[in-house]
Amino acid sequence: METILTLNNLTKHYGKVKAVNDLSFTIEKGNVYGILGPNGSGKSTTLGMVLNVVNATSGDFKWFDGSDTTHHALKKVGAIIERPNFYPYMTAAQNLELVCTIKDVDPGKIEEKLEVVHLLDRKDSKFSTFSLGMKQRLAIASALLNDPEILILDEPTNGLDPQGIHQIREIIKNIASGGTTILLASHLLDEVEKVCSHVVIIRKGIKLYAGPVDELNASHGFFELRCEKQQELIAALEGHPDFTSVKEENGLVTGFLKNPLSAEALNTFLFNQGLVLSHMVKRKESLEEQFLQLTANLN
Amino acid sequence: MLRLITIEFYKLKHSRSSKVLSIAYFVILSFIALIASIEFNLGDFQIRIADQGIFNFPFIWHFNTWVAATLKFFLAIVIVSMISNEYSNRTLKQNLIDGLSKKEFMLSKFYTVVAFALLSTLFIFIMSLILGYSFSDYTEFSIVTREMEFLLAYFFKLVGFFSFCLFLGVLVKRSAFALGFLFVWWIFENITYGILRWKGSAEVADAIVQFFPLEAMKNLINLPFQRLNFIETAANQLQADIAIDYAVHWYEVAIVSVWIFLFIYGAYALLKKRDL
Repeated sequence: METILTLNNLTKHYGKVKAVNDLSFTIEKGNVYGILGPNGSGKSTTLGMVLNVVNATSGDFKWFDGSDTTHHALKKVGAIIERPNFYPYMTAAQNLELVCTIKDVDPGKIEEKLEVVHLLDRKDSKFSTFSLGMKQRLAIASALLNDPEILILDEPTNGLDPQGIHQIREIIKNIASGGTTILLASHLLDEVEKVCSHVVIIRKGIKLYAGPVDELNASHGFFELRCEKQQELIAALEGHPDFTSVKEENGLVTGFLKNPLSAEALNTFLFNQGLVLSHMVKRKESLEEQFLQLTANLN
Repeated sequence: MLRLITIEFYKLKHSRSSKVLSIAYFVILSFIALIASIEFNLGDFQIRIADQGIFNFPFIWHFNTWVAATLKFFLAIVIVSMISNEYSNRTLKQNLIDGLSKKEFMLSKFYTVVAFALLSTLFIFIMSLILGYSFSDYTEFSIVTREMEFLLAYFFKLVGFFSFCLFLGVLVKRSAFALGFLFVWWIFENITYGILRWKGSAEVADAIVQFFPLEAMKNLINLPFQRLNFIETAANQLQADIAIDYAVHWYEVAIVSVWIFLFIYGAYALLKKRDL
């Protein structure tokens, strides 16, 4: 698989504060990555370092195969950091044209990219007249101008209203479905869960986990079941070799798995025992539950 | 290089305040020509400034560059805000993320400064030629081309001053504070000169203060007015040119060149060291 970004023991100290500590991970082409961590965990500092605006204290990183300088490599990257930064006195189209000159790309794509973020009708409005949501969308359009190998988004929905958040998410999903690698930093777990295939979890500048979302927790999920004969259902589950524990809450029976088990197999098994279910859901722990477990383990 | 200049001019082109100030600068520069039309009425005498020899070749090179140099503050405002706006709009950060290196960023500013200085020098060159050929008593080619080193001095003076502005812009990040700092520095140089002169002598003070940036730039083109009187009163009697003090010396250009390098490199080093 093609590597896009490699971090080796990247470290950043602000005086005594260790913002990022020995962070190493790699970004492979074609995946959608989430960098997850509470506020102040070093997400933005990490992105700042790989984007050439923050100097690393020690460690290094390389873009692609490492044969190019960082600023050349950045021309193949699209990134927005924290809040959108443009020249307030220029219009949307003028701002994008400037970005094209900096990135050495053809300005012919400006209209197409403005269309992607639904800003084409405002292309001749000054940036200073835009709402925060529109500014953020313009930033995404700007990051897409060079058809980047990787799109880096730092807190793209921060400070937006629900509508704005929804719009940005739809745009990100569309871009991801087109096969673009995405690196999304956020402290909003459901945001990451909705769009990411891989996560890097950091806390106080230390990496806790890096890998696919599915493998974040070794658990195989759990079943939520309901049946007329509640007691017999519980007995049946406790007798099943694939369940570790069973609990009942508000008339709903929850059984936790220790081995993989399909919903069909369980349904057949219970039906053969004469138990007909009125409710059956197979779930995995949400990212939030897993994240809290993971961070709690360290306390 | 062309790409870097294009980037910077694109930024300036769309900024109304920069555009207004730059245009105002060149308009006011052309007002030097209006000096020609100033007339005094002293009793029965009518004195026309243009007839007093200020537009004579080769003196016009000295006079026009000196007058024009005093107007450089207009462009200084543009140049300082050119840097400070990048900080206050945080566009410097975005430029770097978009793939401009810190070196390219600094070079794009420096090239622009050089372009401004070149443009201004060219402007003064053409205007002086026109004024000179209109009013000068001597228009022989050998006299016209004499003392044209003042144009070179003018160019270096502008680049030096603008580089200082760039450096201050990067250093303090706010245009008003940067211009304030420039003023404080000017006072500092004068006070230093005063103290040295008071404790030592005028020679010592001159010898030391000539290495200070603003003084070094000032020395490139000295005040031309005494020379005007000198030409009027003494030239006829002495028939000799003893105005060596006014000349542009190679070491004056060298001192300013060193400052230009220090300012630009210093600004780059600051930029490189800083986290944004």
